[in-house]
Amino acid sequence: MPNADVARATTSVTLKAMPSIREEHILTTISDPKIITRGVNAYFGKIHALKGISLDIYSHRVVAIIGPSGCGKSTFLRCLNRMHEVAGGTMKGEIILDDENIMKYDPVQLRRRVGMVFQKPNPFPTMSIFDNVAAGLRLNGTRDKKTVAEAVEQSLRRAALWDEVKDLLQNSGVSLSGGQQQRLCIARALAVNPEVILMDEPASALDPISTAKIEELIFELKSKYTIAIVTHNMQQAARVSDFTAFFYLGQLIEFGKTKSLFTTPQERQTEDYITGRFG
Amino acid sequence: MDIPAKLDNGRSGSEVATAPPRTPPKKRGTFRGNVGDFVFKHLTLLFAVMVFSLVFLMAYEMYSGSRLSIEKFGLSFITNTTWDPVQDEFGALPFIFGTVVSSMLALIIAVPLSVGVAMFLSEIAPIWLSRPVSYLVELLAAIPSIVYGLWGIFVMVPWIRTSLEPFLSKTLGFIPLFRGAPYGFGMLAAGFILAIMILPIITSISRDVLKAIPNLQREAALALGATKWETTRIILSSARSGIFGATLLGLGRAVGETMAVTMVIGNRPVISASLFDPGHSMASVIANEFTEATSDMYVSSLIEIALVLFFVTMVLNALARIIVWSVTRKYNVAK
Amino acid sequence: MNSFRWRKIKSGIATSLAALCVLLAVAPLFMIFFYTLFQGISALNLDFFTQMPKPVGETGGGMANALVGSGILVGLGSLFGLPIGILAGIYLAEYGDNPFGSIVRFLTDVLSGVPSIVVGVVAYIIVVLPMKHFSALAGGVALGILMIPTVTRTSEEMIRLVPHYYREAGLALGIPQWKTTLRIILPTAMKGIATGILLAIARAAGETAPLLFTALGNRFWSTSIGQPIASLTVFIYDYAKSPFEDWIRQAWAAAFVLIAMIFLLNLIFRIVTRGRYAER
Repeated sequence: MPNADVARATTSVTLKAMPSIREEHILTTISDPKIITRGVNAYFGKIHALKGISLDIYSHRVVAIIGPSGCGKSTFLRCLNRMHEVAGGTMKGEIILDDENIMKYDPVQLRRRVGMVFQKPNPFPTMSIFDNVAAGLRLNGTRDKKTVAEAVEQSLRRAALWDEVKDLLQNSGVSLSGGQQQRLCIARALAVNPEVILMDEPASALDPISTAKIEELIFELKSKYTIAIVTHNMQQAARVSDFTAFFYLGQLIEFGKTKSLFTTPQERQTEDYITGRFG
Repeated sequence: MDIPAKLDNGRSGSEVATAPPRTPPKKRGTFRGNVGDFVFKHLTLLFAVMVFSLVFLMAYEMYSGSRLSIEKFGLSFITNTTWDPVQDEFGALPFIFGTVVSSMLALIIAVPLSVGVAMFLSEIAPIWLSRPVSYLVELLAAIPSIVYGLWGIFVMVPWIRTSLEPFLSKTLGFIPLFRGAPYGFGMLAAGFILAIMILPIITSISRDVLKAIPNLQREAALALGATKWETTRIILSSARSGIFGATLLGLGRAVGETMAVTMVIGNRPVISASLFDPGHSMASVIANEFTEATSDMYVSSLIEIALVLFFVTMVLNALARIIVWSVTRKYNVAK
Repeated sequence: MNSFRWRKIKSGIATSLAALCVLLAVAPLFMIFFYTLFQGISALNLDFFTQMPKPVGETGGGMANALVGSGILVGLGSLFGLPIGILAGIYLAEYGDNPFGSIVRFLTDVLSGVPSIVVGVVAYIIVVLPMKHFSALAGGVALGILMIPTVTRTSEEMIRLVPHYYREAGLALGIPQWKTTLRIILPTAMKGIATGILLAIARAAGETAPLLFTALGNRFWSTSIGQPIASLTVFIYDYAKSPFEDWIRQAWAAAFVLIAMIFLLNLIFRIVTRGRYAER
């Protein structure tokens, strides 16, 4: 249909035209699956939020999950670190992390392997920057001051925040700007040495410059961690991710390499969403 | 909508730097966290249970402490007017009477004033005025009972004796309520001081109730051409049950007030028709005589009075909270 | 007369009456405060704070033992009432959305309406009778019971006010729930809880009735928990009833100290809560 062709072409042009696309950073090969999900159904009481999601999250890759509001993207993310049940939800199906079914795994331990960064930056208000980053370590029993200090520095460096705060470590965590607070939260999540980092719209509350910084950060983190990011911003998904999953009304409509999904989507709904026909 | 098992030919790209080796995570998470959660939840539960049982504990202890007099006097305890420690003969009616009369008097004075103040704060005053005034009214509630009593003895009672009672005697002396010598100390003083003390609580709850009524009602009335007063009257009638609840709470407080009352009421266990005469109240007799109580029956009777006070205030409070809660809830839901 | 004008006049009268009510209501506050101020300040001197009460009939002396005694009693009450209140409040906020929790909340409200003299009677029965004499401990227990409802309710409210995303962040870091509550949520709520505690302390410091037959009173210096102890409030009561001019003066001084302290605590509470929480 002529409209679809035009739309597709528009998308390609749009994607190419964006200056911050780093094509060389986008990987197109798959690696070992870090997390495998099969037939995941999630419920909030009677509400059926996720319907039979099966997808693989590959190690050291970035998966973006896109879709209109209410399609279940955040719910899916929260299933991966069992935060879904904290909000009172229930789940059926399999989620396997490195050959282990996470439902059989102690949730507290799981969340140390699978970390999360939230939409609204939420550094703990009664703690300093240092204490914030150290919180995950200290509250889980690590007492050795040297270990903690090293971990804090390393995490802040990995979160590209060290230079900005290295002289301010005793200041309150909430004294930073929004973008810095979010990077602080990322450092905090990194400090417990997770294998996977889940990001729930990490930049949506931030200004464009901070957003760009966070996106840069994701590229750098990819080499050490596996990342899954939920975003309502398609351009961001295209810029940042290697693979993209499109959700709609609780179902996984399409999953594939980001480049392919955005230029030659297989499903009609995917195409409609990408070209802005709805959502 | 399953994804294809392989997206591309071949697997792991060599473009990726391998992550630094990690010690393999434990196969099964330890249950340390779960034990902690269990202990913490049950520890806090324990204290919640303590609070829960406190009320029952109090009732039980007072009941067992008053068993002696309950068994001896039964129901006549609340109908008998003789309070005779020498003969071990105890009837609590004078005190019940005193509590009822002083509280009623306090309500008669305080409720109209409180509603007026609440009305002013909620409907009439601009914000820059209502905040400080509310604060001042709340400060009234912070003054300890003993200070009210002190002021009562040295300021209010003399004023009543030298100004108010003579005046009432002259003008309304034909009514039995206002007959008798102007003694100062007595029911009138107790009623007055109680009125001042319960005013803050009735005001603040009434104000909350009025504020909970959605503005839509006010706007509707004004749009029909009602004046400020007419609008307020409509709002007041909507808030009727909430204000009634506030009154009950105030009554509960008045019934339990001890120090200020005992310092101005005269502490004489008599039942009299005149407000000028001294009297006694349930709370004040306990305060006055507890340490002097010599016999077991004496103590037991005083504890029984405390038990009655306990139940009365509990019922009043419970009723009041239910009423107020249901009124404000109605409007919160409707919003 | 024009009906509309009459309605307008009625409205004006009503407003004036309401304003009059406010004046009548607020007047006693000023009367009491200033009268206590004038009477109290003239009697206040260094002796008041440093001297012991003189024997009956002699003039002079002070209330040093009563000041200390009140402090000890409130301290004991806090020791007893604060942990119970805070922990019960944590339960209600974290795990209390069930019928039992609702009952506890209701009973807490009911408990706050129990007259303080009744609480004193209970403390007498459960502490004084077994010990066979009056003691500061009994007074502390009575005050503690009086503090519990306020502290419980404040703790619960303040914990509930902590935004849920702090809890989420803590859990997502792999911190067990109880540690998240204790080490992240509770410290965040602590400022608000502390102001509630301040209020409870202010109330306890002003209580007289429950002390009359628990802590009793003591004209001598005593800091022992197992013995009767002096308190500011009971002293005011005893002195106010007495025929001695000097004692009555001292009662006013004590009353002034008492309300100065209570108003100060109240003011602190107001200042601290004004910024953080919107006025109702």
